[in-house]
Amino acid sequence: MAKTHVTTIINGEPVEFLCEPQQTLLDVLRDELNLTGSKEGCSSGDCGACTVIVDGNIVCACLMLGAEAEGRNITTVEGIAEGDKLHPVQQKFLEHAALQCGFCTPGFIVAAKALLDHNLNPTEEETRYWLAGNLCRCTGYDKIIRAVLDAAAVMRGENPPSPAA
Amino acid sequence: MPNLSFAAPTSVDEAVKILAGASGMAKMLAGGTDLLVQLRSGRTRPELIVDTKRIPGLIGIREESDRFVIGASTPGVMIYENEALTRAWPGIVEGMDLIGSEQIQGRASLAGNLCNASPAADSVPALIAARATAVIAGPSGRREAPVEAIVTGPGQTSLQKGEFIVEFHVPKPKPHQSDAYLRFIPRTEMDIAVVGCGVNVTLDGNGVCTDARVVLGAVAPTQVIAEEAAAALIGHKLDNDTLSKLDAAAGRACKPISDKRGTIEYRIKVAGVLARRAAAIAFERAAQR
Repeated sequence: MAKTHVTTIINGEPVEFLCEPQQTLLDVLRDELNLTGSKEGCSSGDCGACTVIVDGNIVCACLMLGAEAEGRNITTVEGIAEGDKLHPVQQKFLEHAALQCGFCTPGFIVAAKALLDHNLNPTEEETRYWLAGNLCRCTGYDKIIRAVLDAAAVMRGENPPSPAA
Repeated sequence: MPNLSFAAPTSVDEAVKILAGASGMAKMLAGGTDLLVQLRSGRTRPELIVDTKRIPGLIGIREESDRFVIGASTPGVMIYENEALTRAWPGIVEGMDLIGSEQIQGRASLAGNLCNASPAADSVPALIAARATAVIAGPSGRREAPVEAIVTGPGQTSLQKGEFIVEFHVPKPKPHQSDAYLRFIPRTEMDIAVVGCGVNVTLDGNGVCTDARVVLGAVAPTQVIAEEAAAALIGHKLDNDTLSKLDAAAGRACKPISDKRGTIEYRIKVAGVLARRAAAIAFERAAQR
């Protein structure tokens, strides 16, 4: 069986890999490229734990073949922080304790970052709808939504009080 | 899948040639939001997957003088972000936008939703109601077919071996013409239609309906064009008597099954209610233009 040779950009870096036709982008990220931040939850596009950004749109990496990545521009959770500096969404997830087991967190971080790339001033309702494709069985979502809205405020240059204060 | 192969042709002709050379089952890949799930579960075992998205024109929306041309593999996000299409056919855009999460919208397409051939496909009723057509490429050239001619039963289409949809043609609305799509699910998001209903109406200057199509989803093996329901609208304003006749006719057009999403009786009842509500929205929109 012929493997496909793929050249793509992941987190700003050119990457080459070989993949089999049925390997998903998630399989490639985790098993070939050791980018294990994207999680495998349902493998059917329901849970959002494998959310990545492809050419500006969020997609489930489990619903995209690795071979389709040729020439695309992909951002995974590993590419959200700038070096040691956490993205405001990541920082606010920490401050709000917007996670318990943490399995869904990478997907939420990527999806929320993409939301704020599109819209720096989302309403709570817009935020909840945007994140409806990310499932969390621990938090009840409330802390996640507050973290994202606070991150938006930080990115708008406001200074929301830290929830711990 | 011991012998699966993958191709990403860069022209329609190349795709046709690759499909003609395939000995076993070939599957076209648009957004993959149905195909990859079926691959993984083993429900489909193709020997060839052909990615359509590198073929020029398969992704994108073009506005021509009398119609919109929507590439078959255009993802939902490009459809709901297209202001001209949203203005012209809010119902078509609503139907597509109801499918799945933002992640699914980043990939899912009209051709994929149509050719997956689910009776509950949300993007299909409003397309049929707008009298959209599909342009199909295949070994004997191109042909054009009304969207309602594609799905023949659950999971079944009229596409012949080696054929695939290249684009959809949607006529531009006439004066005082508009549409709406509503679906019923027991929650607000992320679910499969219990019933869906697309209504497309044209009014005269006095608000009297001169042309209509009412299309129901999830109430029969394929989408249903409810001719009698459309006839109940034509020649009338949307008064209570017309709404009652529409409601009853929509119910009579249903041939549903009972399943975990709803019983036969429930689906028939909901079809009538959705037809009323979608017609009210379509009439209001049509009157405003």
